[in-house]
Amino acid sequence: MSEAVRVFDTGPAASRPAWLDQVWRATWKQGLFAALAWAATAVVTIALPDVVPWGSGRLFAEITGGGALLFLALAFLVPHLGPARAGFVHYGPWFIAIGVWLALWQLTTAKFGWLPKPFFSPPHGLLNVYVTDAPRLLICIGYTLRLWGLGFFSGVIVGYVVGVALGWSKRFSYWGMPILKLIGPVPATAWIPVTFYFFPTTFLASIFIVGLASGIPVAILTASGVGSINKSYYDVGRVLGAGDWYLIRKIAVPGSLPHVFVGLFMGLYYSFAVLVVAEMLGAKFGLGWYIQFQTAYSGYANVYATLLIMAILCSGIVRLLFVARDRLLVWQKGFIS
Amino acid sequence: MSLARSSREPVSQPSLSLEIDNVSHEFDLVGSRLKVLDSIHLSVASGEFVALLGPSGCGKSTLLRLISGLETPTSGSILADGAPILRPDPSRILVFQDPTLFPWATVRANVGTGLEARGLLKARRGRVDEALALTDLTAFASAYPHQLSGGMAQRASLARALVNDPALLLLDEPLGKLDSLTRLTLQEELVKLWRRRGFTALLVTHDVEEALLLAGRIIVFSERPAHVKAEFRVEKPYPRHRDDPEIVALRREILETLGLKT
Repeated sequence: MSEAVRVFDTGPAASRPAWLDQVWRATWKQGLFAALAWAATAVVTIALPDVVPWGSGRLFAEITGGGALLFLALAFLVPHLGPARAGFVHYGPWFIAIGVWLALWQLTTAKFGWLPKPFFSPPHGLLNVYVTDAPRLLICIGYTLRLWGLGFFSGVIVGYVVGVALGWSKRFSYWGMPILKLIGPVPATAWIPVTFYFFPTTFLASIFIVGLASGIPVAILTASGVGSINKSYYDVGRVLGAGDWYLIRKIAVPGSLPHVFVGLFMGLYYSFAVLVVAEMLGAKFGLGWYIQFQTAYSGYANVYATLLIMAILCSGIVRLLFVARDRLLVWQKGFIS
Repeated sequence: MSLARSSREPVSQPSLSLEIDNVSHEFDLVGSRLKVLDSIHLSVASGEFVALLGPSGCGKSTLLRLISGLETPTSGSILADGAPILRPDPSRILVFQDPTLFPWATVRANVGTGLEARGLLKARRGRVDEALALTDLTAFASAYPHQLSGGMAQRASLARALVNDPALLLLDEPLGKLDSLTRLTLQEELVKLWRRRGFTALLVTHDVEEALLLAGRIIVFSERPAHVKAEFRVEKPYPRHRDDPEIVALRREILETLGLKT
């Protein structure tokens, strides 16, 4: 049955010139569909009137239209790209989905008004935010990264040193571990009232809060990592003439690294969570402050635009940590095949 | 002869003698004490190859840990060249049953551990390469331990011991977990190494044949708490063959001492 259908289907194709048939067969079809979806978004943006004014949709239409042209070109280029081909083919469905999503988003907000102003914004509403408020957003990104960087890295450094000490020294562990276990589960934000009293500026208090959030999981996981190292490694080290300092540097530190990375990932997520809260306290700039400020003025387009920036920033940092982990833990089974 | 020392390097003593005098040792268990060694007397001459044989769990490995200096005996004394053993020292190297290579370090870094720990790595880097060549691991110098086979890992563990020029090599069933073919090869290599380098060797094993092929003297331990039950001299030139009638006869005698009828 299927054989018969196939034979029937190839009938019209056979009448086409052979080269056209070949080109069609080689074409990256999903690229064509993506081009179609993106073009639809552009057309919808330009052709239909906005039910509520959201500013000009022209730039957005140009971008999506450009995207459509790009995908159209890629549909014919990708088959000849070599190694890069696999990446495009893998993400093909995503390119289509994004185009469809943008079109639907455009229709439901600006064009039909089903999702009303001010709580929802069409895509070109977000784009307008990036265009008109770019300088302020850039400053906010800078402030946020500064606070996050200072808080996270100081927290991680202190947490790591404390963790190694807890895992290594029985006496330190006797006094330190109960304290860590007691204060560890307290959400870092709960310390806010106290920190304002202890720190001279809100900026320092914010750094402390972010540092606390990221440092505690690192300390706990580092301590358990050092504690879980096979004792015979230390025996080997001592037999070979190693002193305590060598045992810490060359056995405790690298041996605990897999645990430390678990702590770093946990600390990273906590630090993001706390970061926004910390920025809402008496800060003058920063993405968290910006979100709060815009919410007060019902600038939801600005809020969404900022959320998107935060998503990209945070996932980018997480990605970096993954890269660092894969570099440092090549020795673990399964990473190298 | 690749490991012949160059004249520039400080010549460490090639071997040392051991005097184990009335050594007893107990372990703290929860709520009780477990006696593992019971008045052990044993002298090992400089450059001798002695095998310690006994039922598993009898305390042979504990004796090696005491000699290495990782633990101190509950009573009695152990003297190395007349001086009491108080702490581990690179002149006495213990090779464990498991290779216990550091998984985070390459084979080369693992082999260089002893030199690095003593700040000698820069001056004697060549020794690491020699030890790698001697144990046939040059091609795997940059590999990580999880990429090695069991036999290669144990050879790396031996190389890690040998770069330190130990005067006493303590071998705690180092070949126990290897397949029989690898074990035979490594047994041969061990004898060659010992004859070439002249260190004192103490081998814990529960393989009678291994003891007979390698050692000049075999000490048989009793069940726990271990005491010296019997002693055999193996005066056969190397390389020895397992089918040699004298070896076969000794083997039967030792197995009988261990309580096995053959």
